[in-house]
Amino acid sequence: MAKFTGKKGKKLAGFSTASMGDIVFILLFFFMVTTTMRETEVKVRTDVPKASEVTKLERKDLTVYINIGPPIASEQARYGTDACIQLNDSFKTVDDIRNFIASFREGLAEADRPYMTTALKIDKETRMGIVSDVKEELRRCQALKIMYNAIKAE
Amino acid sequence: MARKKKEMPELNGAGMSDISFLLLCFFLMTSSMDESMGISRQLPPIPPEDQQIQIDIKQHNVLQVLVDGQDRLSVNQRQMDIKDLKDATKEFILNPTNDQTKSSKKEEDIPGVGNVMISEAVISLQNVRSTSYEVYLQVQNQLTAAYNELRNEESVARFGRKFADLDEIQREAITKIYRQRISESPPKDTRKKK
Repeated sequence: MAKFTGKKGKKLAGFSTASMGDIVFILLFFFMVTTTMRETEVKVRTDVPKASEVTKLERKDLTVYINIGPPIASEQARYGTDACIQLNDSFKTVDDIRNFIASFREGLAEADRPYMTTALKIDKETRMGIVSDVKEELRRCQALKIMYNAIKAE
Repeated sequence: MARKKKEMPELNGAGMSDISFLLLCFFLMTSSMDESMGISRQLPPIPPEDQQIQIDIKQHNVLQVLVDGQDRLSVNQRQMDIKDLKDATKEFILNPTNDQTKSSKKEEDIPGVGNVMISEAVISLQNVRSTSYEVYLQVQNQLTAAYNELRNEESVARFGRKFADLDEIQREAITKIYRQRISESPPKDTRKKK
């Protein structure tokens, strides 16, 4: 025991918090790199269904999102509880999709336009009627590549 | 020289972590990490109005998948559970017993593989306006799963590797052997062009 007695009574070194800032900065950089800014405020509930055969979206910058679902609680007073279409930040109808797709396509480089994908984020309780209308409209707009968003299920 | 050699006061680093925590919280709140995943599909182009293309598909080559308003699935007029759709689809395409009521095969020359018997199966998917999206996507998922499994089995048989590990030419060949032919007709009462 004599081996250890020497350390007794020695004052404990102060706990340095200086490196904590560094650690938090690393965390911060991690989040800055891995995440994307939320561009639009979601106004409809899009609880997408589960599916086992999902694939990753290849080019996020070539993707245009269409959200379909019942409005969230705070918007229900104005828009009811029926499934609505949300483009960018506002509620729209099927007829607005044409302009929405066209303006998105305008913003893309000529070479990328054929690879434009439309991601459909649709709530699982939505009925197919509105979905079919949207699909027909997309066909008319020549936006033929679509993706049904889903969560990966094992 | 009353004050000689005053030491530089050390910079207090304790506040830095607070500031960066604030920044971190800001990014956590404003960013989304959702990875977009889903089932990809290619919509058919709308044919020009002045030409109506009539494609002749034999009745026995069509697998009719119908989802009704009560989310019940029927395949070739027979009720079926969604879980069984994948195997039914695979069997319809493969048709190992050369059943007359299932899809027939045609010999075709595939570059890189040679002559292969290719199934002429077409899956016709139909739903009504009141079908729920969740069931619709389950059906799409099952059909995709059937094709994915067929491709995987073919890849392993021909090249000894899974479909995902093949190189581009091999993948193209396999895709040609099992081409996804899912034809969707919009519900009868879908809005027509104004």
